[in-house]
Amino acid sequence: MRFDALSLWYGASQALDRISLSIPERGITALIGPSGCGKSTLLRCVNRMNDLVEGVRTEGDIRFRGGSIYAPETDIHALRRRIGMVFQKPNPFPKSIYENVAYGSRIHGMRSRARLDEVVERSLGAAGLWDEVKDRLTESALSLSGGQQQRLCIARAIAVEPEVLLLDEPCSALDPIATQRIEELMQQLKQRYTIALVTHNMQQAARSSDYTAFLYLGELIEFGETERMFVNPSEKRTEDYISGRFG
Amino acid sequence: MTRLAAGALAICLALVAGLIVLIAARGLGYFWQSPIELFELADGTRVLGEVWNWEPRPGGAGRRVRLAVGNRDLTGADFRWIDESEILRRSRPEDAGVFERLEWGKFYGFPAQLLRGDRIAASGAEVWKEIRPLLAEKAEVRARIARLHGGEIDDVNRELERIRIELRQLRRRGLADSERTPILEAEREEYQRRYEAHLVQLRELEDELLAETLVLRAADGSLVRLPAGHAVRAVRANRLRLPQRLGLYASRLAEFLLDDPRESNTEGGIFPAIFGTVMMVFLTSLAVAPFGVLAAIYLREYARDGAFVRLVRISVNSLAGVPSIVFGVFGLGFFVYLVGGSIDQLFYPDRLPAPTFGTGGILWASLTLALLTVPVVIVSTEEGLTSVPRGVREGSFALGATKFETLRRVIVPAALPGVLTGIILAMARAAGEVAPLMIVGMVKLAPSLPIDAHFPFVHLERKFMHLGFHIYDVGFQSPNVEAVQPLVFATALLLILVVLSTNLAAILLRNRLRRKYASSGV
Ligand SMILES: Nc1ncnc2c1ncn2[C@@H]1O[C@H](COP(=O)(O)OP(=O)(O)OP(=O)(O)O)[C@@H](O)[C@H]1O
Ligand SMILES: [Mg+2]
Repeated sequence: MRFDALSLWYGASQALDRISLSIPERGITALIGPSGCGKSTLLRCVNRMNDLVEGVRTEGDIRFRGGSIYAPETDIHALRRRIGMVFQKPNPFPKSIYENVAYGSRIHGMRSRARLDEVVERSLGAAGLWDEVKDRLTESALSLSGGQQQRLCIARAIAVEPEVLLLDEPCSALDPIATQRIEELMQQLKQRYTIALVTHNMQQAARSSDYTAFLYLGELIEFGETERMFVNPSEKRTEDYISGRFG
Repeated sequence: MTRLAAGALAICLALVAGLIVLIAARGLGYFWQSPIELFELADGTRVLGEVWNWEPRPGGAGRRVRLAVGNRDLTGADFRWIDESEILRRSRPEDAGVFERLEWGKFYGFPAQLLRGDRIAASGAEVWKEIRPLLAEKAEVRARIARLHGGEIDDVNRELERIRIELRQLRRRGLADSERTPILEAEREEYQRRYEAHLVQLRELEDELLAETLVLRAADGSLVRLPAGHAVRAVRANRLRLPQRLGLYASRLAEFLLDDPRESNTEGGIFPAIFGTVMMVFLTSLAVAPFGVLAAIYLREYARDGAFVRLVRISVNSLAGVPSIVFGVFGLGFFVYLVGGSIDQLFYPDRLPAPTFGTGGILWASLTLALLTVPVVIVSTEEGLTSVPRGVREGSFALGATKFETLRRVIVPAALPGVLTGIILAMARAAGEVAPLMIVGMVKLAPSLPIDAHFPFVHLERKFMHLGFHIYDVGFQSPNVEAVQPLVFATALLLILVVLSTNLAAILLRNRLRRKYASSGV
């Protein structure tokens, strides 16, 4: 997946400034940067979530598997189906736990109860939630704790088996054990999926990502292999941020 | 501040409770049988009746009593006031009774004789022994007459009407001398014959009602002849024990709730009005719900915010402020004359000039009220839709759902409590609205219910009765306003109960849905 000089404006204020980078397939790319620098915005460009926001204007393009994401002929629903997303704030549907996970499969036409059961169990298991909720699948998802809700959203996203997963601070509400489980999950998933991960946790970025992009005030400052970035950043600002001197 | 709010709430609740208690107290007493008292006055007159209340004498010392004396055919008044100073003696005679009649209301007096034909079967207090089985027997006869009227005779009438219309149709198409005509003519003769047979039956039954006569003596000695078949109840009020008194209360209450009205609505029951009210509210919500919800979804989710949408919003909101009678006039002009008239032209041309849908009816009344209440539903549905967090929408879109799927599967279910709140408010408004209905199909007395056993079972074109109008009619349009006051209160109580229970049902439904979906947020 390649970003070609992507710029984005919310009304008059520019949130992204000519971002160009390639996210390699079957790997984890971490997006880091201080709060408000445009990480979520960048992520939301990939599945065109920003289309829903009033007054958004974009320039440039994102290429994905040979196609253009912003081309007018792109089927946006099919695209979003291939690009799953977990949002910064947990956003379960006001439905049962089961229905939350089965939702994507249902709208894509899966009817068989047995297959839905299987999808639900597999996805919840992968998100490390199955053991906690297997006896209360019919309860409202809103009765779960914040961390459980976030894992439910992860399960919901992977239930439809997307090709790309966009994770916007998936661990911000989780305890260390759940965080570790998610990180393990990401390692498994990267065998098959391309993952973009926004995180404020430098250890997490260093531990689990293969590539890292550092954004600052809407600009891409530096992009490269994680190991190299963390050991030997070429930009002063990257080094300062990583070592915690600002941000 | 909290104190102030709590105080205001307490006052509101007290007002509501007070209203209901007042209405209940004044309405429910109506079915209770008090003792019958005989007053002997200084000038030698004797008056029999039930004590209604004691009040101070206007412009003088002392008290006076208001007696319900019945006997409208003799005295022309329902009440009589007597100064306490004129009363020589009060007593509760054992064999005095109150006789509820099909005509002329109650009679207070003593049984003098029971006549079978011209023969005296019993006289004096003896009559009481015969009365009970006799009246039960007559009630059975009256029920048979009602069945005959509503059943067989009605069926025959329907068939005759069908034949008449078919003949007219043939004539209109210029087929008057086709082979179908004689068949129809023969059929008509057959039904006509049956009709006459039923009439004979009916006359026999009616004669049976008149076979025995009760001769009753009023307190002043004048005699009244009451055919036994025209007496609904005879109560020896001063000999009643508590269980009998309660039984009588229950039977009168049941009559009130379940029977048709008599005597231009001032006697009998109000069942058709209850039925009409409930059915109309039900039809109204059936019409307003999809309409209002779809409009709100369009406004909130699809329409581009612009001058047009703003104009629509303003119109909807001002619609809520239009006096309801204006809706009635609109309903008459649009639904009844235009839509109903066209339906008649298209589907019932053979019945014209007698209108079918081109006159007021329960359907048009319900649609008029739906129009009147649609702003409420739109506003609260919109509120419900807005309250669904944006993240939830995005979550659905991010899984590749289309806008429609998102609406159908996530947003509308989450907004359902808001939608139902709107429908509940609309129902409450619809149940309480009377003015616009007067011109689109509500009547003082409807010959038949809008649902019955005849195909197609639900007759949306029929006129209907309504509790609100019933209150107005009985309370202000009847000749003896004073006497029927308790009945008005009882009817009002019932209207409140109907509104409360429909609301309660809807609220329970809403809470169940809420519990199903959420513990917080939506
Ligand atoms: N819907 C919106 N309308 C207008 N401005 C927005 C909107 N969403 C984000 N912005 C602005 O765009 C900029 C980037 O926001 P974004 O949410 O991408 O930051 P972020 O890097 O994800 O921050 P955080 O780490 O706090 O999540 C911010 O200045 C924000 O104020
Ligand atoms: Mg963010």
